[in-house]
Amino acid sequence: MNFERIKEKLNILADAAKYDVSCSSSGSKRANKDKGLGDSSGMGICHTYTEDGRCVSLLKILLTNHCIFDCAYCVTRKSNDVKRAAFKVQEVVDLTINFYRRNYIEGLFLSSGIFKNADYTMERLVLVAKKLRLEENFNGYIHLKSIPGASDELMREAGLHADRLSLNIEIPTEQGLKLLAPDKKREDFIKPMLKVKNEIIQYKSEKKLIKSTPIYAPAGQSTQMIIGATGETDAQIMYTSAYFYKEFQMKRVYYSGYIPISHDERLPSIGTDVPMLRENRLYQTDWLLRFYGFSIQELLNKEHPNLETDIDPKLSWALRNLQHFPVDVNHADRRLLARIPGVGMRSVDKIINARRYRKLGWEHLKAIGISMNRAQYFLVCASSQFETKDRTAAQLKSLIMGTSASKWRGAYSSQLNLFESNANVSVS
Amino acid sequence: MGMIDQYIYDGSFEGFLTAVFEVYDRKPTLVKIVSERLVTENFFDEEHTVYTDQVKSDRVWRGIEDKIGKKAGNFIYKAFLSEQSDREQVLLRIIKKGFKGENVTDNFADIDVLRLTNLVKIVGREKHRMDAFIRFRLTKDNVYFAEVAPDFDTLPLNAIHFKNRYADQKWLIYDRCRNYGIFYDLKTVNYVQLEISNDINSSLAAPFYFTHDEMHYQDLWKNYFKSTNIPSRKNMRLHLQHVPKRYWKYLSEKLP
Repeated sequence: MNFERIKEKLNILADAAKYDVSCSSSGSKRANKDKGLGDSSGMGICHTYTEDGRCVSLLKILLTNHCIFDCAYCVTRKSNDVKRAAFKVQEVVDLTINFYRRNYIEGLFLSSGIFKNADYTMERLVLVAKKLRLEENFNGYIHLKSIPGASDELMREAGLHADRLSLNIEIPTEQGLKLLAPDKKREDFIKPMLKVKNEIIQYKSEKKLIKSTPIYAPAGQSTQMIIGATGETDAQIMYTSAYFYKEFQMKRVYYSGYIPISHDERLPSIGTDVPMLRENRLYQTDWLLRFYGFSIQELLNKEHPNLETDIDPKLSWALRNLQHFPVDVNHADRRLLARIPGVGMRSVDKIINARRYRKLGWEHLKAIGISMNRAQYFLVCASSQFETKDRTAAQLKSLIMGTSASKWRGAYSSQLNLFESNANVSVS
Repeated sequence: MGMIDQYIYDGSFEGFLTAVFEVYDRKPTLVKIVSERLVTENFFDEEHTVYTDQVKSDRVWRGIEDKIGKKAGNFIYKAFLSEQSDREQVLLRIIKKGFKGENVTDNFADIDVLRLTNLVKIVGREKHRMDAFIRFRLTKDNVYFAEVAPDFDTLPLNAIHFKNRYADQKWLIYDRCRNYGIFYDLKTVNYVQLEISNDINSSLAAPFYFTHDEMHYQDLWKNYFKSTNIPSRKNMRLHLQHVPKRYWKYLSEKLP
């Protein structure tokens, strides 16, 4: 192996792949087979974290960054003047195996620029996965990109070897897509997604009858949207997201704050901050939809098309719906407990377990680990001291924010910014 | 305060269970179980030496699993591996409560149950960190070798994970703090104690111990780690929260 050449390719093709957020390696049920290599039946593992704090679980690379498309938001676009490279199929296989054996990674995340055409590209991605599974008896995690427009036959084969398949819709609205990626069509995105969805459904029903049905994409499929590139509202993003969760039974939708990479007047200019706070609020909303029993209409609607930045979406909902509070933690059902600001799903489980043995007071709730700063105004418990004052939503908000220290404070407090700019002036 | 009966055991889990057996056998009123490594002379206390006994230890273990439950047994073992100074006292109270029929795994309103679940949590987290942070290097005799220094004694918990995953390669994971390792010989995992040369981590001696390709793969991995970072999202606080500095010495991507 020519390590110098591989190193050069790896630097180019890992750098180009890093804008894909997903690094999940969980949710597969692929156990070690015939004393081969690897096992992905357990929970996901982050083997390290980059300096930006993101999990590194998979070897995430492009097969090549040659691309026939010219999407404005993408570093790999045809018109961009960057170094190009391409891995050979066997090189990717060797890298994956050798990284895996050293416990660097959980598996491979293979994406690619589109060269020649969709099927030609997809075929090569599938070939890598197939070699890993059949020649190397590799049971680690494999995440393959579905290439827009790829044929049903190839998507069928991809799912037989990969644990997860994903296709990024990138732009939340159809108009946005037309503007930034004029040569891509929405139908081309939908086609492979639909095929994968149907194959998964079929696999699940056949599996019940025939135990030997070959496993198909056990960790499901996911997608990703770029945030803040085309001026869409939070409601537009989350309704699109809810649609993909429902219609395509997505395991995950990822939100990726746009990182300015080009001088294109259709896009935020280079040097614009990555909207990380907004990204965070969108993920919180996503969690509320998937795990907390909220419906999208409750959180975002015509009156509230955007999430509040200074408080989390659950607190925001609670302040708009004070009629549901206070909740009695010793009697309320699961659904209601999950709606108390400052109480997460783990705390909900603990509360339900603990209250079978005794009535819970403040000291128990504190020990369980709920965030008292927010929760105290929205619940009653067995202790006699609790909030009796009837406060307005605005009063509650300022009380809570006055006693909390958010890591995002710098991002939304205009007062702090003013102070900082004053300080700068006096120094110079 | 009356005299305390100190039961001094060898620090092993079997030893601890034997001590529990003795406590139930003799029913002292004020009791403390102490590992011999941590024992302090105390003029007022009565000292009893516990001789680890497999039969007694097995009886207590079976009692825990049958009467208190498998989940509680699992919790007790994991909490023991935490090596925290209050572990024996907490676990003895938990075992007593359990044998009386109280729930000891889900009653979070009980202070000992909270401490138990907290110990289980920190040990579980450290075990998971080891699953993630172990970095194998391929030695010339074809063994994938890794050194670790976990905060708690987690290797017994890590063994099964690595056995399932690396079924077709020989590997050795060595705990530098506790001076023992687990070795997989393609069939079973065994505990081993070794003399490890001091120069094994020096780059000069590396070609002597490790394969030629080994250095190249470490180099590729380091490069990958750099390339996959997005500088405009830099967040060192979050980075350190996930990868605390004390683990860096065994992470190849973090070595200079």
